[in-house]
Order: sequence, then structure tokens, then C-alpha cells
Amino acid sequence: MKYLHAVVLLTALLAPSSVWAVQPDEMLKDPTLEARARALSKDLRCMVCQNESIDDSDAPLAHDIRVLVRERLKAGDSDAQVFDFLVARYGEFVLLKPPLSWHTAALWGLPPAVLLIGAVIILVDLRRRRTAAQASEEKANLTAAEEARLAELLHGGSAP
Amino acid sequence: MIPELGHYALMLALGLALIQGIMPIVGARTNDPVLMNIATSTALAQFVFVAIAFGALTECYVFSDFSVLNVYENSNSAMPLIYRLTSVWGNHEGSMMLWVSILAFFGALVAFFGTNLPATLKADALAVQAWIAAAFYLFILATSNPFVRIPDAPFEGQDLNPILQDPGLAFHPPMLYLGYVGFSIAFSFAIAALLEGRIDAAWARWVRPWVLGAWMCLTIGIAGGSYWAYYELGWGGFWFWDPVENASLMPWLAGTALLHSAVVMEKRGALKVWTILLAILTFSLSLIGTFLVRSGVLTSVHAFATDPTRGIFILAILVAFIGGALALYAWRAPALKQGGLFAPISREGALVFNNLFLTSACATVFVGTLYPLALEALTGDKISVGPPFFNSTFGPLFIPLMLVMPFGPLLGWKRGDLLGAAQRLLTAAMLAAVAIAAAFALEHGGPVLAPFGVGIAVFVMAGAVTDIAERTMILRIPFGAALRRAIGLPRSAWGTAFAHFGIGVTLLGIVGATAWGGERIAAIKPGDTLDLAHYRLTFDGQFNRTGPNYRDVVGHFTVRRMSGELIGAMEPSRRTFPARNMATTEAALMTRGLSQIYLSLGDANPDGTVSVRLYFKPNVLMIWLGAVIMFFGGGLSLSDRRLRVGAPRPAKVRAALQAAE
Repeated sequence: MKYLHAVVLLTALLAPSSVWAVQPDEMLKDPTLEARARALSKDLRCMVCQNESIDDSDAPLAHDIRVLVRERLKAGDSDAQVFDFLVARYGEFVLLKPPLSWHTAALWGLPPAVLLIGAVIILVDLRRRRTAAQASEEKANLTAAEEARLAELLHGGSAP
Repeated sequence: MIPELGHYALMLALGLALIQGIMPIVGARTNDPVLMNIATSTALAQFVFVAIAFGALTECYVFSDFSVLNVYENSNSAMPLIYRLTSVWGNHEGSMMLWVSILAFFGALVAFFGTNLPATLKADALAVQAWIAAAFYLFILATSNPFVRIPDAPFEGQDLNPILQDPGLAFHPPMLYLGYVGFSIAFSFAIAALLEGRIDAAWARWVRPWVLGAWMCLTIGIAGGSYWAYYELGWGGFWFWDPVENASLMPWLAGTALLHSAVVMEKRGALKVWTILLAILTFSLSLIGTFLVRSGVLTSVHAFATDPTRGIFILAILVAFIGGALALYAWRAPALKQGGLFAPISREGALVFNNLFLTSACATVFVGTLYPLALEALTGDKISVGPPFFNSTFGPLFIPLMLVMPFGPLLGWKRGDLLGAAQRLLTAAMLAAVAIAAAFALEHGGPVLAPFGVGIAVFVMAGAVTDIAERTMILRIPFGAALRRAIGLPRSAWGTAFAHFGIGVTLLGIVGATAWGGERIAAIKPGDTLDLAHYRLTFDGQFNRTGPNYRDVVGHFTVRRMSGELIGAMEPSRRTFPARNMATTEAALMTRGLSQIYLSLGDANPDGTVSVRLYFKPNVLMIWLGAVIMFFGGGLSLSDRRLRVGAPRPAKVRAALQAAE
């Protein structure tokens, strides 16, 4: 059974008994605060789900965190303060976008590194092969003596 | 009897694969045509036996033979025929059967149509194909046998997971697997070329149709999965950066790069060594995708550790094939001859740029998907890598790719004229500027960058049109003459233009649906109305409905324009499946042009109201329409004369081949 969900793109865990995320009764009256809450929710992970944000998840835990986020916002917290509060409480696992630190350096560094190293390899290879081609071209060029000998052979060939 | 027949046929297929994996290689080394020809007959026979095994399993599902454990666990006699058929691959064992069936099918195609291949290359490639097949037959027989019986056969099965009871499942996994497994042909040919120690432009010509076919299937398979998630999961998202999705995106990115580098190799004889590496990497990523999805490692590192047999078996297959292939590459590739010089500004240069960015994007998805697993396994730290990470790393890599894309086809081979290409793209750039201005003027709200997304999409689309306009010289010569030129254009040129145009269409859909969509979440009573975008929905009430193996609670909504004009009705429902005691939401979709109104019904609340979610998704259909256009473009390219006629005859080829050692 546990392999079954894997057949399709998404997991069975994504479709529990009621497919509901943000509930109408959770939402704040103030539309600006609610919009901020929704934006924050998209970057927060429901820790009991598979890669789902609390905005999408209908797990009870996600509900609790959604309510918590809205409580903090109502209390006047900034976005950063809400994140800090949740990280202090649940650990970095709650953030869907891991902050840059020593243990995520490779994660954030790899994409630009691949791009840069790839670009350098391509440029170096291109230059090396062009100089190599030029060198072989120069080698292929005949000296004056060879030219003369060639002309002689060609003319000599037609009239032996 | 039938399941035993299937089981036996699978074992025979394994035996045949073992013969096919050894004899032809020996034949190719000793130049023995009899041994080499074994590959053709065994590949065809292998396909027959795998087809028998797959047919046997299908028979068990269609006639609901619950004495077979796999059928009992994943089917139910009340399910409609189409779901009894699709549940064959709606589970682990069955999907592996589908995997090997497609593998054997491709092997048989190479054996049957590869009459113009050099004998040794064909023998070696089919032998490599047989190694892959043998490994997966062993995997199925040892850890995932779908033909296991239950001593006391139950009367009824446990039903297929409700979210998989969807027509999309009839189409999405087979297409995805056709894509994954299709890349195995490129892999086998790459290994065969390394074994032979020689490679030339004709190799690219043989391999390209397979890569193109696999790429087409993968494209449409991914798009199908995305559409399925969109309407089935009930909140209107179309891409979640879920590891399972990423597992299919990585081979697509690498395969797209391979498709482009193979063009350079075929036309100019350059990038040979890189193309071989990409062929190996693309199939390796398909294998890694299979491993990620099949081993349970994604659920958690611990879930993997509790039942590791299957995971470790696939991991062993992975290590053997990827490690072996890369080791062979490291050993033999330096001996392969490089060829074809080009200036940085040239068609080749543009295609190298494409490869650099696609490979980097692929590496980004790879590290984002596997980093949390690796970190947890190594240090025990748990981190999450979700959509915000991918959006902020993948996006910046794709923007330059899209901006350079229209230039590529306009640049000449070897040495291109950048200024000339830019001049020819002036109209496209102006159209893009107009689109950006229009988006700023017409749309309010949404991210500031969204109009620029529209601009890039329009530039890509107009660039594809420019390419065709330049080639046909339309507007510059009489229309009839331009039409004749258009008909005379190679189909691959049309294919390129369509595929590139499709990318633009998809981007436009993504930007529209994510930036300017509307959303209403509300608890409503019958008689209440919801306004969104230009529409007003009235909730008329709920009623019950019974399906073959489920019960529906249906909400009825009347949709009107704001002016009061009646448009139609929408009926979203909550569906309960008694066999598994599970429920799904069946969203209602109403298509308005390329946009959609999306409505899903939530639970009834104690106060008598019902929660509903209503979305307006502008241009959302363009996301998948773009993929269909890409698929069509691939098909045009595949039907190109030079691929249809096939590669040069063997005799000519042998003269052209140059030994690298």
C-alpha cells in the first residue's frame, strides 16, 4: 500500500478525507493581514505531510500553525518575527526555503557553481581547440621550398 | 493457471535477456554474425514473453481474480472496466511490469527496425538493453512478484486508491514510462559506442529519433500528470515541486539538453563526447527517478530503512548501471575523436548555451530533491526544500534560456551573425515590449515581475514565428513563392518552431494563472452568491448521487455573468469510497476561452453552511496546451524525411566511420 501512491505524480497523502486547506473560519477580518498570513503560509511546511505547505495542507497540525501565524500577525509581529518564532518552536524543518547557513551552503551554492564551472570548462575547451586548430593549420601551410617543389611536381606530372 | 503462465513467461523473458546480454557481445568481439544476430531474435522473443506476462496480469485484473494478492490489494469488482485496467499499473508491482513491458517493446523495435545499423553496434546496443531488462526482471521476480496467490481467495478486493480512480491514470503513467524507458535506447547506444570505441555523426542520426520519441512522451506525460493534479487534488495548483514530480522533471531537462546536443553532433560532428555523457546521464536520472519513487526513500529515510529489500535492490541496480556506465565513459571517452570547430557566436554556441543552462537547471532540481535526504542521512538535521527554493533558483536559470532561445535558430552554423539575428528579432522584441506595457496597463495587482514574464513568453513565441518567416521569406517575396518555400522546409525546422512556440505558450499560462488569478474561500448557505472576476455564482443547494463504487454529495451552482446573463451550472462534489473509507473532492471546472473557473466543495459546517473554494485561473489551459504544441512539434520533427528515410546504409557508413583507437 505504501508504494501505491508513488505511481502517480503526487502522493496519496495529499488527498486525505477532506481536501481542504485554509478554512473560512480561520481567516482574518483584516484583508492586508490575511494576505500576509497567506503569503507566509506558502513558505511554511506542514511537518507531518510530504512537502506540503500549511496553506495547502488540511492536517490538524497545519491548521494549528495557520491559526498560530495569524495570532502572531494580529499581535503585531513582522514576517521575520513570525518565522523566528516558528523556527524556535519547530526547528528549521518548518521553513520550505532553507536559510543560507553552513549546512545548506552546498544546497544554495551548487546551482551557481555548476553554471560557473560549466561556463569556464566550455570557454577553456573552446579556446584550447581553436589554438590547436590554428597550430595544425600553420603546420599544414607549406614553406616556400615546399610550394616550389609542389609546383614542379604538378607541372612535371602533366608533361613527364 | 493464467497468473502462473504469466509468472513463467516472465522467467523465460529473464532467461532470454541473459542470453541476449552475452552472446551478441561475444559475437561483436569475434565478428561472428550468427552470434550477433541472436540479439535480434531474442529481443523479439523477449517482447513476446513479457507481453504474455503483462497480458496475464491484465486478465487477472479485468476478470477480478482476487486469488492473486496484487489484484486483491488494488482492485474491486465494482470498479468500471477502465479502472480495472488502469489499476494494473496503479500499484508498485504492476507499474514495474509496465516498465519492463515498455523496455522490451523498445528493444523489439530496435531489433525490428534497426536493419540499417552496423551489425556490431546493433548487437552491442541490444545486449546493453538486455542487461537493463535482466536487472529489472530479477527485481520483479525477487522482490515485487505480481503473480503471488492467496491460499483462501477473498470474495472482494480492497479497491484502488480513490485518487487514482481517474481517467488521467489511464494515460499519465504509460506516457511517463514511455519517456523514462525510451531514454534507455540512447543509453544502450551510448554504451555500445563506448564499447566499440568509435562514434560519428551517424550515431546521432540513429539515436535522435529515439530521444525525440521519448522526449515527446515524457513531455506529454508530465503535462498530463500536472493537469491531473490540478483538477483532482482540489486546490488548483499545477506544479508542486514535489520530489515525485522532480523525479520526472530531471530526465526531461537532461533529455531536452540531449535532444539539442545530438543536433550539433549530427550536423557538425561536434560535442560527441558530451552527447554520450548526456545520454548516460539522462537514463541515469530516469533510473534515479524510479528509485526515488519505488524505494519509499522519499517518505522518510526511516521508512526506507524499515523495509529496505526493494530499495536496496534498486539502489544496487542504480550503482551498477550508473557507476558502470560512468566508469566506462571515463575509460573510453578520452579516446573518442572530437570534431567540428565553431565560434562562440554560432548555432553550435547557442546550443551549448542551451545545454549549459538546462544542465544547471537539472542539477538544481537534483540537489534540491536529494539534499534533505542526504543531510538527514549524514547529520540527522532535518530541513525542508520546497517550492520557494526551486522558484528562486530554477527561475533565474530558465529566464536566460528563454531569452536566448529565439536567437539560436537564426544563427548560422560555425560562425553566426549576432547583429543580423538581433535585427531580425526586432519585431519580436517590439511585440514583447507592447505585451509588457499592455500587461502593466490592463492587470492590477499581482507580482511586479509578472508583466515581464508575459514579455518573455511573447518574445519566445514571436521568435519562433520569426524563424519560420525568415526561412519562408514571407512578406518579402510573393505569397505563392513563400508558400512553396514553407512546404519545402524540412519538417524538423517546423518542429523546432512549434516546440519553441509551445514553451512560450506554457510560460504565458503559468504567468497568467499564478499572477492574476482570483480566489474566494467562503462558508455559504443555499441562496448565497459568490463574485469573482467577471462571474457571479449562486449556490442552489446540495443533493446526493450514487456511483458504481462511490457516493457523491453534489453542490449545484448557477454561473452568471455580472450582467446577469446565464452561462451554465457547476457541480463540484465530495466523493466517498466505502471500500477504503476514503474521500476525494471532485472539483468542477468551467472553461471560458483559455481560462477556467475552478470550484471545489468542502465539508458541511455545524451552522448549516458549506465551505467552498472558488478560483478564477486566467489562461491556465495554456500551460498544458503549450505541452501539446511541444509534443506536436516533436512529432513533426520525428516525421522529418531524413529520420524517416533513416541513416545511411551500412556499407556507406562503414566507409565513413573512423576508428578512434
